[in-house]
Amino acid sequence: MTTQVADVEDGHENEHGPATGITRWLFTTNHKDIGTMYLIFSLVMLFIGGSMAFVIRAELFQPGLQLVEPGFFNQMVTMHGLIMVFGAVMPAFVGLANWMIPLMIGAPDMALPRLNNLSFWILPFAFSMMMGTLFMDGGGPNFGWTFYAPLSTTYAPPSVTFFIFAIHMMGASSIMGAINVVVTIVNMRAPGMTYMKMPMFCWTWLITAFLLIAVMPVLAGVVTMMLMDIHFGTSFFDAGGGGDPVLFQHVFWFFGHPEVYIMILPSFGVVSEVIPTFARKKLFGYHSMVYAIIAIAVLSFVVWAHHMFTVGMPLAGELFFMYTTMLIAVPTGVKIFNWVSTMFRGSLTFETPMLYSIAFVILFTIGGLSGIMLALAPVDFVYHDTYFVVAHFHYVLVPGAIFGIFAAVYYWLPKWSGKMYDESLGKFHFWVSFIGLNLTFFPMHFVGLAGMPRRIPDYPLQFADFNMIVSIGAFMFGTSQLIFVYVLIKTLRSGEKAPQRPWEGAEGLEWTVPSPAPYHTFATPPKVD
Amino acid sequence: MLQNVRVLSIFLALFPTIAWSEWEVNMTRGVTDTSAAIYDLHMLVFYICVVISVIVFGVMFWSMYHHRKSKGAKAHLFYESTKIEILWTILPIIVLIIILFPATKTLLETYDTADSDIDIQVTGYQWKWRYKYIGQDVDFFSVLTTPSDEIYNKAEKNPNYLLEVDNPLVLPINKKIRFLFTSNDVIHAWWVPALALKKDAIPGFINESSTTINEPGIYRGQCAELCGKDHGFMPIVIKAVTEVEYAAWIDEQKTLKEKAASASQKDWSMDELMAKGEQVYNKNCSACHQPTGVGLPPVFPALAGSAIALGPIEDHIDIVFNGKSGTGMSAYGEQLSAVDMAAVITYERNAWGNDVGDKLLPADVEKMKGGK
Ligand code: HEC
Ligand SMILES: [Cu+2]
Repeated sequence: MTTQVADVEDGHENEHGPATGITRWLFTTNHKDIGTMYLIFSLVMLFIGGSMAFVIRAELFQPGLQLVEPGFFNQMVTMHGLIMVFGAVMPAFVGLANWMIPLMIGAPDMALPRLNNLSFWILPFAFSMMMGTLFMDGGGPNFGWTFYAPLSTTYAPPSVTFFIFAIHMMGASSIMGAINVVVTIVNMRAPGMTYMKMPMFCWTWLITAFLLIAVMPVLAGVVTMMLMDIHFGTSFFDAGGGGDPVLFQHVFWFFGHPEVYIMILPSFGVVSEVIPTFARKKLFGYHSMVYAIIAIAVLSFVVWAHHMFTVGMPLAGELFFMYTTMLIAVPTGVKIFNWVSTMFRGSLTFETPMLYSIAFVILFTIGGLSGIMLALAPVDFVYHDTYFVVAHFHYVLVPGAIFGIFAAVYYWLPKWSGKMYDESLGKFHFWVSFIGLNLTFFPMHFVGLAGMPRRIPDYPLQFADFNMIVSIGAFMFGTSQLIFVYVLIKTLRSGEKAPQRPWEGAEGLEWTVPSPAPYHTFATPPKVD
Repeated sequence: MLQNVRVLSIFLALFPTIAWSEWEVNMTRGVTDTSAAIYDLHMLVFYICVVISVIVFGVMFWSMYHHRKSKGAKAHLFYESTKIEILWTILPIIVLIIILFPATKTLLETYDTADSDIDIQVTGYQWKWRYKYIGQDVDFFSVLTTPSDEIYNKAEKNPNYLLEVDNPLVLPINKKIRFLFTSNDVIHAWWVPALALKKDAIPGFINESSTTINEPGIYRGQCAELCGKDHGFMPIVIKAVTEVEYAAWIDEQKTLKEKAASASQKDWSMDELMAKGEQVYNKNCSACHQPTGVGLPPVFPALAGSAIALGPIEDHIDIVFNGKSGTGMSAYGEQLSAVDMAAVITYERNAWGNDVGDKLLPADVEKMKGGK
């Protein structure tokens, strides 16, 4: 794997070239190397988490238990969620941040390069430990990625302690990454680049980083409380000792809700770069876009209990969380309208990054609209914990986070590697993914409304037909990611040489350096006016 | 399979009307006033969402078609308009306010639990429900009856696959019923779509909800909160009957209880106990300890060859009676009748190669129950 990446960087001379061999990757403090490692790590995790989804969908292909036992099914559901959230999406964004933020703000590197190295190298250990739990006595975590107590404390398999430790490590890594982003953006912008001239991607990451710094400690707190309950005789989440299982959910979702914005804001940033480029027009409403992200981030702290409408909150609580949640639709709407206006009366072309961005806007809007439906507490009494919710959050996360990442990779790959990807293959990847995705997640709305609970290994017969379609879609979507890998390999091996600015409409400092970007860029800061 | 392919092709051909008549694709309107209100709210928001998407996607597709570079479109360089931004901040707020009124009203209705006619305590257990009619001396467990042959595809699945139980919850129509939800172990959620009622059952806490059923019928639901291994196998079945039938049913429960008491005084033979014990075991214990007694170590211990099943009977009785708090092993003392308790303990001591040879008589269990 390393050799493959090595030729991304090969083929250019530099005063201080990278070290050779494995030490380059182990000891590197270069933002481009670290970005590359993050991206590859996340791709590997995408496939691991995806193969767990394969197990889930294969078991659900038909009613009855065919392949796995319910206990193992629960472990797959849990691991799939944890790996996709913490292993695939978040590291991919940090990888993009590492590669692009210094290039976009004209900085020579990230502000804290050694911290950067550490925050990456924690991850492989954290995830090895977490996946190692699958082979332990009693199996791995089987309580869902939301790990509600007391299922995850008193009733958990013994491996839960390792799970807690792994979460602590991931959290530490995320916090370090986030601090690095904040420090870099605040201190290292090129002269003349005021905040309001900063590329959208940097803005979204700046806000994301603040969210991370605010909520990862809360996650650490909640798993620590679990650890205390399990091993040290406390009763935070045990009514028998004066605690409350619902407290767990409040603390978890106080982390969890901002977390879902952490997984979408950087994608907002990506499509805000890509759409203007391929519409050959500036982003419409830059200022309101910035204010909208800030508004979303602030609101994300006061909506958490909309995940908990059925726990028996007092009426006032239900009303408060229903109203605040509905309010989030406003800034989100502003963003969508601005993207559409950016396309309106532009001069559009549809290269792969643009296709992914357009799909992002459409499918994210669908997910956002089902979000408004879910926000209504009385109706959520029916939707809650059904496949309707599964459909909703996969619509905002897969075409949201993941398509945003794909758009980013296709958009900046020429800059990273100095080679162009094969446009027809890229489009092929897009269309197969797009069809597979909708085949997978759209029918989930129907089974959910018809009454299928989530996280069940077997289901009543009336859900059989749709589940079969969903599984076929999932196999298609999963397999289509092999095309992505093929595109990447083909680009690196035999892609045509990419010019400095491969996209006609692209603007920004990253296009002022050669392709591939030299190992060290912007040693003298550029001037922005 | 063939049929699935046919249906799939219909779906792919996008003939929603045909497909919709065959498949359930929407929420049920249910059989209570609240469920109807919730359904109407759901449809209202759904249509609003459809209108919004038609507008947004309409503009997008229009631009994608007309403003393509390949058609010679030139970019118009406009990119800032405070007026427009304010407009599309205000418009969504207005739409939200329109939704907010019916949503608040419906929510208030669901929170009205005062003045109920019947109170029922619903307790979640790993993995079954217990219903206690408060003030009626009626109290029973409701357990999945789908045979494991159907689950493991060795027999054809019946139409109520995974949605059938031994003892349904019998309720009268047109009476205000208040449920009090709690749990014995982890969090479960009691959900019946036809009542549009879903509430978490939380250990150590009590949640309440009420409902008034308008039509007699059988309504089925499932546990909605991941509660461990057999979360998918703890359904809910409600049998809604007229008031007269309900009163008769309550009486019947009382006579059944007396019958069970006299059965326990009978002198049971070893064979009778073993046969009965196997039934009880497969219904109540095999989910964790497995049909062949091998368990799923380390979480669920094996009973075949276990020190307790082969040791002094007092310890065996103790764990089955009192359970072990903080584990899946719940206290069966009040869950099983004296006959069932005697039979299952006898069975565990003499099945799957266990050969203690002693038997426990229902009459003795009755004495212990009295003693506690
Ligand atoms: C929800 C899962 C579950 C069910 C259902 C269940 N048990 Fe258990 N059982 C356990 C667990 C867990 C333990 C271990 C408790 C401990 O930590 O000592 C256990 C322990 C036991 C033991 C002691 C075994 C030993 O060697 O330590 C006996 C005997 C037993 N159960 C009998 C029964 C009987 C009889 C039933 C049915 C009426 C039953 N169990 C149903 C989970 C279950
Ligand atoms: Cu349950």
